[in-house]
Amino acid sequence: MSSHRHDDNDHDHDHNAPDTGPTLRVKALETLLVEKGLVDPAALDALVDTYENRVGPRNGARVVARAWVDASFKARLLADAVAAIEEVGLAAGPQGEHLTVLENTPAVHNMVVCTLCSCYPWPVLGLPPVWYKSAAYRSRAVIDPRGVLREFGFDLPAGVELRVWDSSAELRYMVLPMRPAGTENLSEDELAALVTRDSMIGTAVVTYSRDAAARPAK
Amino acid sequence: MNGIHDMGGMHGFGPIVRERDEPVFHHEWERRMFALAIAMMGNRTFNVDQYRQAIERMPPDQYLATSYYEHWLFAFERLLIEKGVVARTEIDVVMAALRAGARPPQAPVVKAENAGDAVESSKEAAGLSEALGGGARSLRYDESYRARFKEGDRVIGRNRNPVGHTRIPRYVRGRRGVIYRDWGVFIFPDTHASGEGANPQHCYAVEFAARELWGGEYPADERVYVDLWEAYLEADGEAYSRDGKSSKSGSRKAIAQGRAAKPVRVRGVKKSAPPREDA
Repeated sequence: MSSHRHDDNDHDHDHNAPDTGPTLRVKALETLLVEKGLVDPAALDALVDTYENRVGPRNGARVVARAWVDASFKARLLADAVAAIEEVGLAAGPQGEHLTVLENTPAVHNMVVCTLCSCYPWPVLGLPPVWYKSAAYRSRAVIDPRGVLREFGFDLPAGVELRVWDSSAELRYMVLPMRPAGTENLSEDELAALVTRDSMIGTAVVTYSRDAAARPAK
Repeated sequence: MNGIHDMGGMHGFGPIVRERDEPVFHHEWERRMFALAIAMMGNRTFNVDQYRQAIERMPPDQYLATSYYEHWLFAFERLLIEKGVVARTEIDVVMAALRAGARPPQAPVVKAENAGDAVESSKEAAGLSEALGGGARSLRYDESYRARFKEGDRVIGRNRNPVGHTRIPRYVRGRRGVIYRDWGVFIFPDTHASGEGANPQHCYAVEFAARELWGGEYPADERVYVDLWEAYLEADGEAYSRDGKSSKSGSRKAIAQGRAAKPVRVRGVKKSAPPREDA
């Protein structure tokens, strides 16, 4: 079934050759549940639209940038992230009801995993990337976190305490990365553009070079 | 259950493969699968713990050979059949009709008794106007459930191996840790999944030294924090050592001092906050 992974022609399957894979089975289940009156196709469309287009790591990046420029907001964020993210226009929706923000400092680096499934703070980061859900990341993050960070291109300096958070219950974690040097004159929006998704999982740090244009989050 | 899903600390899965400019969904069926599952949790056909358990019941070889949303599809279909929402024969009939390029016949499909309410609930889930109804919602601020442990208490992850759903990873069972935070009262996933009730109890962030989990050759300055329900924990008479050394010289006072020196103190929601509407 994994051979379907890179097939981009799913839209055409209704008209093409018979398909015994997940495309057909999901279509059958949706058809049945709609006809039984249990789900509304328009509601499904709205859910897809929300998570594909409206919720994502740009949300978390706005939170991080605000925390970098506003010390009192940062204090509120670390004390009660669920309430604080409302200040930047976000709401603690599904998988964010119990959000906690973990601050990285020169002395402590935090990174987040879910070894049992793929728990992830949807309201601030959206749905997780495939690598976060992979056996490789889930198995290694707790036993070889420095090795994982090296694979992401980041050598954690000696003497920095490394804290790995396994999201095994209903708490959800987002990392507040350190603000890179040389960004004192950047606006909040420019800062937000520097913040990557991986830096908010804790598998990367935020970097800045004056020459490079602001890059969108991966 | 001691399933393949419980992967923390396993070896052999290789490097972490990342995709550049990865889309949110890779296929149209993944979009529909995601939305269907959220909608059916929203209308309380099943709860999140039942859903997780259904994924865990996938045969291990199949689990490793399939993608994330294929896990969802396996669990979703299984739960719908087990709960009597759809019959296997109905799925077969509709799949055959779709394969033949036909609109599926309307006649064999029986309207669900709760059709009207269910579709309203799935719309609410889509509007995200409230937390998903089927989730392991917390009673976080309920003072009537007393906490057995407090921050700084030394604990041991219970050596328990239930065949049903549980959220204590194998790698902390029998391991010594210290209560780092009391997160408040949450519905207990083991009984929530089995239909034996909410069994609300405190859930704690428990700090484990990497050396306690993995052995003395692992770094002294690494720790793993695992969120564990009270039933997963027992009191530990031994001293907890932050760097995982098996010394008995540590005292709670020393631990408290060490903790006070930590540069970061993450604080959650204040205990005095009002109860949530959905508690």
